[in-house]
Amino acid sequence: MSYVADVAALTQKDLRVELRARDTLPAMLLFVLATLVVFHFALPEGTGDDAAYGLLWVAIVFTALLGLARAWVPEHEHGVLDGLVLAPCDRSAIWLGKSLATLAFLLAAQAVALPAFVFFFAPLDATAIAGALLADLGICAVGSLMAAMAAAGRARELLLPLLFLPLAIPLVVGGVGAAISPEGGRYLLLLALYDGVFAVLSWASFEYVVTES
Amino acid sequence: MIRALGIEKRYGRRRVLAGIDVVLGREGFLVVTGPNGSGKTTLLRILTGLAAPTRGTLQVGVDRARLGFLAHEPLVYRELTALENLDLFGRLYRVSERRERIGMLLERFGLWEARNERVAAYSRGMTQRLALCRTLLHDPDLLVLDEPYSGLDEQGVKLLDRELGELAGAKSIVVSTHDPARVERLATSRLALT
Amino acid sequence: MSSTAASAVRSLPVIAALAAGLMGLAILLSLFVAPEDADQGISQRIFYIHVPIALTTYFCFGLGAWKALLLLWRGDERYDLESYVAIHQGTIFGLLTLITGAIWAKASWGVWWTWDSNQLVLFLTLFLFYCAYFMLRFSLEEGARRSRSSAVYALFGVVLIPISFLAIRLAEDFIHPTTFTREGPQMTGTMFTAFCVSWAAVTLLAYVLYRVELTGKRLQSDLRELREALQ
Repeated sequence: MSYVADVAALTQKDLRVELRARDTLPAMLLFVLATLVVFHFALPEGTGDDAAYGLLWVAIVFTALLGLARAWVPEHEHGVLDGLVLAPCDRSAIWLGKSLATLAFLLAAQAVALPAFVFFFAPLDATAIAGALLADLGICAVGSLMAAMAAAGRARELLLPLLFLPLAIPLVVGGVGAAISPEGGRYLLLLALYDGVFAVLSWASFEYVVTES
Repeated sequence: MIRALGIEKRYGRRRVLAGIDVVLGREGFLVVTGPNGSGKTTLLRILTGLAAPTRGTLQVGVDRARLGFLAHEPLVYRELTALENLDLFGRLYRVSERRERIGMLLERFGLWEARNERVAAYSRGMTQRLALCRTLLHDPDLLVLDEPYSGLDEQGVKLLDRELGELAGAKSIVVSTHDPARVERLATSRLALT
Repeated sequence: MSSTAASAVRSLPVIAALAAGLMGLAILLSLFVAPEDADQGISQRIFYIHVPIALTTYFCFGLGAWKALLLLWRGDERYDLESYVAIHQGTIFGLLTLITGAIWAKASWGVWWTWDSNQLVLFLTLFLFYCAYFMLRFSLEEGARRSRSSAVYALFGVVLIPISFLAIRLAEDFIHPTTFTREGPQMTGTMFTAFCVSWAAVTLLAYVLYRVELTGKRLQSDLRELREALQ
């Protein structure tokens, strides 16, 4: 149970830091809204709703990338990550705490983006929203790990999208499919499978990404 | 407490440490000296387990829970207050009677009045003192301090002198410093890097 | 060089000769001996090289992931180079798969690229993923951090393969309906033999290249260590 306590302490810390700094979440909100506006002009007259769903997912993925790029910044100021790694807690707790906090931010951004999308473009049914929620889990789980990997090297802002986007492809397929396909349930299953497999893999491998021995 | 033999560390082509041996007994006080770039920080990071040596063997007699590391960087969150920072690490290190211990340390290092201010507002000296609090919070058996005097103001220096004086002989301590004269009287062994 | 390393290198020319021989046999069989396909004509012969290369790509990535797992599990740095070289080979063969696939598509259907092909889309995804692997390696300095992160990423790649495949299969619903299949006609006995020989040849070739590159890189790093020890 101390594992849960550790994760709780870490998630709370992340939320608190963001609440004070107030840079990531407002940026994500503004970005996703601005992107939707751009898409309105990017879609030619007469395009079906389907294309709009595709663009929604592009907006979600890139908004998530924005948030993920900033995810580990507080840990790299003043080298705090070393302090967390040295603590006796399980290193995977650091990843889980960060993923949960990032998830909170992504959900908050979507709470604005999805209604905006419905308002400007096309309706979203329960399956579509379930798809968005499931995909969020995958994005945050994998994204937090990739962000940690990228943050250790040079050119971290360039590296994160490169590492993350190929992994996001099944998520986009799942999300768009859940929105437009009459058999949306199959896509939800795909998303659930992705989440299960990659969350476990990320949880298990985080330790190796932040330690050397 | 520490037994490191033949430690070598290379970053790509650059060799930072070569053939270093470190042996430290249970109540030992090791002073590591050397000019800038001689690898003091690297060696200390290797001793704490944060960095892996390219070659050599390392045995440390404590696990992470009993190790305290004062790094080159303060290792505290800028956006949190002193109290919040120490509370977080206190929870992660499972410090018993956390609130009391934190209060005691903050007071000892003269930070009690500033405990609810964000670290971003602190001076360099105050941040370094907070870093010391963080290092001592869980009462570690092995202390590894990387240039602990750097950035400290006069008051801070006095506080640290007193602290090291009390801890020496009771704990195992490794200190790297530019100014060995300060800790010379406490040292039981010395290592000079080139 | 240790005696095991020496004997390994000695056997490499034997394996290389075998690979060359098999390659020659494969070319002979696929170009001249196997019957011509009724539907696609001569362009179908690319199948004999394209599919083995694709399978070998998967094999290389799988090998890379296996070595990566060993690195994380056993902590022996030697696995890092082996994993890297395997993935390097895999990426090269992946590129060849995309090229031969494009040639086949052009010859069969008149287009250089088709999203209808699950294989090609999957390969493109993987190719992008593993290119990012190299970007990751370039951005980190040599050491435990780089080898561990690379290993974790390699493992992610191999898990991505089946999940991407599933996703792409599902995506057929709304991207394009499947109008072409890549299976081709049922293979006759001769065709099957030609295919198997070709597959064996390509796999062996990949292994030879893997060993050559690995030996080269090991020599390079040994030389560098020697140089530094003498300084």
